[in-house]
Amino acid sequence: MTALLYLIPVALLLGGIGLAAFLWASKNGQFDDLEGAANRILFDDDKPPDEHEDSAE
Amino acid sequence: MTTGAIRNSEDTHSLYLMVDGIHCAGCVQKIERTLAAFPALDLARVNLSTKRLTLKWHDTGFQSADAIKAVEAKGFRLVPYDPDNLETGKIRAERRLLKSMAVAGFAAANVMLLSVSIWAGAISDMGPGTRSLFHWISALIALPAIAYAGGPFFASAMTAIKARQLNMDVPISLAVILASAMSLYETIRGGEHTYFDAAITLLFFLLIGRYLDFRARAKARSAAAHILGLQATAASLVNKDGTIRTIPVRDIDPGMVLAIAPGDRIPADGIVLSGQSDIDTSLVSGETVPEKAEPGKKLFAGMLNLSGALRLTVENVGEDTLLAEIARLMEAAEQGKSRYVRLADRATRIYAPLVHIAGAATFLGWLLIAGLSWQGSLLIGISVLIITCPCALGLAVPAVQVVATSRLLQKGIILKSADALERLAKITMVVFDKTGTLTKGQLRLANASVLTDQDIELASALAANSTHPLARAIRSHAPDVAGLETATEIPGAGLEAKVAGKTIRLGSREFCGIESADISPDGPELWLKTQDKPGIQFIFEDDLREDAKAIISGLQHQGRAVMLLSGDRQASVLRVAETLSIDDARAGIAPKDKLKIIQSRIDQGHRVLMVGDGLNDAPALAAASASLSPATAADITQIAADAIFQGDRLGPVLELLSVADRARRLVTQNFALAALYNAIAIPVAVMGFVTPLIAAIAMSASSIIVISNALRLKYHK
Repeated sequence: MTALLYLIPVALLLGGIGLAAFLWASKNGQFDDLEGAANRILFDDDKPPDEHEDSAE
Repeated sequence: MTTGAIRNSEDTHSLYLMVDGIHCAGCVQKIERTLAAFPALDLARVNLSTKRLTLKWHDTGFQSADAIKAVEAKGFRLVPYDPDNLETGKIRAERRLLKSMAVAGFAAANVMLLSVSIWAGAISDMGPGTRSLFHWISALIALPAIAYAGGPFFASAMTAIKARQLNMDVPISLAVILASAMSLYETIRGGEHTYFDAAITLLFFLLIGRYLDFRARAKARSAAAHILGLQATAASLVNKDGTIRTIPVRDIDPGMVLAIAPGDRIPADGIVLSGQSDIDTSLVSGETVPEKAEPGKKLFAGMLNLSGALRLTVENVGEDTLLAEIARLMEAAEQGKSRYVRLADRATRIYAPLVHIAGAATFLGWLLIAGLSWQGSLLIGISVLIITCPCALGLAVPAVQVVATSRLLQKGIILKSADALERLAKITMVVFDKTGTLTKGQLRLANASVLTDQDIELASALAANSTHPLARAIRSHAPDVAGLETATEIPGAGLEAKVAGKTIRLGSREFCGIESADISPDGPELWLKTQDKPGIQFIFEDDLREDAKAIISGLQHQGRAVMLLSGDRQASVLRVAETLSIDDARAGIAPKDKLKIIQSRIDQGHRVLMVGDGLNDAPALAAASASLSPATAADITQIAADAIFQGDRLGPVLELLSVADRARRLVTQNFALAALYNAIAIPVAVMGFVTPLIAAIAMSASSIIVISNALRLKYHK
């Protein structure tokens, strides 16, 4: 019984954190470009050899 | 052109641009990598979904024009847009739906956690004290969540009731409020059953559906926004004292005089006050050959000024321009009601009161006739309210239409009216216009074979620095010839240069002084006149679209009749008909004759699709069962057409007809599914076999089934 008294608030708290995170992410514009985000992981950041003279990195 | 577009706040400068030419993520990477070379930029990010670029920087010395030029050099076109112009109201509504959905989801999960415990406890040894505690915790979670997440429904229901009408949100709101109130009462009383889970889960499922529907519509809406984005954002105002000042386009008023430089896009509808130039009117009129602009000529927002500087007296601005009118028509048409949707609407209007009557009758029936407790009767009544919600019926047609519209949009086809989709189904005959429809509307030098190389090279030398399409067509024949430095362009007339003391002109008939009346102009032409020699005629032609033959035979294979009606000369029409294997081809047809021929086919029982682009096609387009025009068509034609397709391939014709046929099949299926659901669900609910929770799940399931069925259109073929 006492287990319930702190387990339920814990469940609510964790759920609440998830909700808050979701709402923050939505406000931050993270859901605005789902296609672009999906494709960005495929971008290759290594500069191709012929651009090396110009790269500042 | 971007000075008016830059947003400044405190220390951050922002520039928002629409990008034309993005095909895939690779393009995004190209653009962002190009912009990575500008360290002054704090943010340079492309949104692949909306095809927009956002630039942010705080260094006031940074010239955004440099970054823009670098990106345009890679082959993309950038057009600044005003983020305030976008539909912020709709975006806010979408965010609200998303937040409501998140809150409802969170609450539903936690309430279900407690509900399942109670159900399990009912068959084991949960005491009334624990049960009551769980009820109270459920109430504390569910009630605020219902109050917030139910907002969109309650607001819509209130609006309908105030207008003395009932819409689908009224029974839903009623069910949710009744269930919550009853559950609260039971909780306070220490009773056995509460139904917070039903209420909040119902809201959660409904919000999912509503949010997805909203997002799907947003994609279709962005087509209209894209057109508006093609307008200019900054204009040059000529003050009374003659000085010129840059103002944002939204500050333009009728009566103002604007200075339009060569290369500028015209920002508002107006009349030319002074100056001479060539205007690319393709956005509005579909003409590939530029028109001459001189004082008194009417010009429209969206047209491109090519060669000379002009002063323009503004007549219509912003919302009143032709461009905005077209965008508005598209938006209105998308919300327009088709015959089927109107049918579904009427059905819903009768249905909604019936729903309430059924709910009330069930409640009273169980209470008075069967002698059940008022809680039990109310429960069954609420279940009936929930399960009879005509969501599936209401979604049957719009779901398919939205999916069809967005799929067509991806292929570059803009559907202008909602009921067009119905009319495009079961087309038995397709009538094509020739110029601009079967042909690309781009000019190519046609009689190069009868011209000497020197003539072509001389013309190319003169044409080197002109942006006129005819000049460019000549240039593409001899691109390596050095341009004549001394060549001057007289806007609206032609090019002139002096070589070895002789004046050479390349331009229109009058400009070159050609009088011979027996050489009638077949089409676009230029004359090359060297001082003492006879004039040389350059004739230009329009190429057939690459896939024209394949598409025509595809249509014929599908069993549709194909006809070619053109106002052009017999010879060229027959040539095209032979190349494309069109048996029924007529030339020299006047606009009213096109109308008559189409009308007679319709009287014979055909369903006719007319595909055309010229001004003379507009009446025929309006008369046909359904109509389609390329995006390069005249404005009036675009307004008359049911759909517009972009690009220079004919493929969209076939795609549109396939999608329309399939959409019609899916709508019929959806109606059947909705009817089936109601036929089974209502009797079962009235007889008391469902609790509110099951009713919520069942009702949402029917909506999801209808939407999923509609989504099949996306993946077909």
